[in-house]
Amino acid sequence: MKKAPSTLINMFLSLTIIAVVAGAVLALVSSVTATPIENAKIEKKKAAIKAVLPDFERLETETIDGAECNYAYDASGQLVGVAVEAGSDAGFGGHLGVMVGFDQAGSITGYQILETSETPGLGAKAGEWFQKDGKGSVIGMNPGTNNITVKKDGGEVDAISGSTITSRAFCGSIAAAYEIFKKGGNE
Amino acid sequence: MKAVDIIKNGLIKENPTWVLVLGMCPTLATTTSAVNGLCMGLATAFVLMMSNIVVSLLKSLIPDKVRIPAFIVVIATFVTVVQLFMEAYLPDLFETLGLFIPLIVVNCIVLGRAEAFASKNNVWHSFLDGLFMGLGFTWALTLIGMVRELLGAGAIFGHSIIGGADGMLLFILPPGGFICLGLLMALVNRLRQAK
Repeated sequence: MKKAPSTLINMFLSLTIIAVVAGAVLALVSSVTATPIENAKIEKKKAAIKAVLPDFERLETETIDGAECNYAYDASGQLVGVAVEAGSDAGFGGHLGVMVGFDQAGSITGYQILETSETPGLGAKAGEWFQKDGKGSVIGMNPGTNNITVKKDGGEVDAISGSTITSRAFCGSIAAAYEIFKKGGNE
Repeated sequence: MKAVDIIKNGLIKENPTWVLVLGMCPTLATTTSAVNGLCMGLATAFVLMMSNIVVSLLKSLIPDKVRIPAFIVVIATFVTVVQLFMEAYLPDLFETLGLFIPLIVVNCIVLGRAEAFASKNNVWHSFLDGLFMGLGFTWALTLIGMVRELLGAGAIFGHSIIGGADGMLLFILPPGGFICLGLLMALVNRLRQAK
């Protein structure tokens, strides 16, 4: 077939048709994938809440200052813990999002990193470092009585070696989560 | 041109990474582990294959003066399709590669093959070229990822083989990417020329 000459009408028509078809394809794909994408996000959040709290039966979500506060109750309706989503923009790679679990007294029962752009091998270790078996465990500490800042700043948390900035951002996230936890009360 | 030549070109003789040295940004950025390199390579291969087919089909309908914007729209469409499907069905992978998937649009290999090959050849050959250029890119990224993961994290495909050791962090960080890329490129080209 002979190549279409570059006349104005040809250029106009070919680009318009290509753009319309591309738009239609994208609209279709977007409508097909919208629900699975939404589900994947919810699943991830649920998994994070499960990981930071003891076993629970029922979940109630409340939004405080733009952050999500998830109250978890056991089968008998007893509050077993609160999972708060908080973050800090002071990470080495920008935003650090953390899900933090508290028991009724405010002690940390667990945490999970939700969003991170920290350096692989250094700051990205935050996912394990502050866990129960990690070197800088914060599990069981209570931001109300313990000083959750890195040791360099006079606190009680062992910073990740070589990643003080990430560690500070992590402590900041815990503090932010605790603020929201306190505001939410323990009803 | 014979099909077997196109296959050889893509995998070895004109390999996008080792010989043409195109698309270095995703090459360096996503090869922190073998799996990441492999998945990035496969995503690019898919886009390359589809865009080559479509560009080849449309080649006589697109006037020369607007061919580049037309190609880019086609490529961007396929990239977005890949991105949406990955986000929906492989959310964990999307988290690691998410930032780099949209960048496939501006990967020189994809536009380069559309311009240099698909707009001049028939659909069957363009399909082969896209697929094998993509696979050439994939094996290169996987190899770099394997070496960097082995040296940097002491693991292969996520399985730790050096218990307890942290590995040499340098190789996971960007400078290690450059070092690995340079040394592997020298090695592959030495072997290629020895044939």
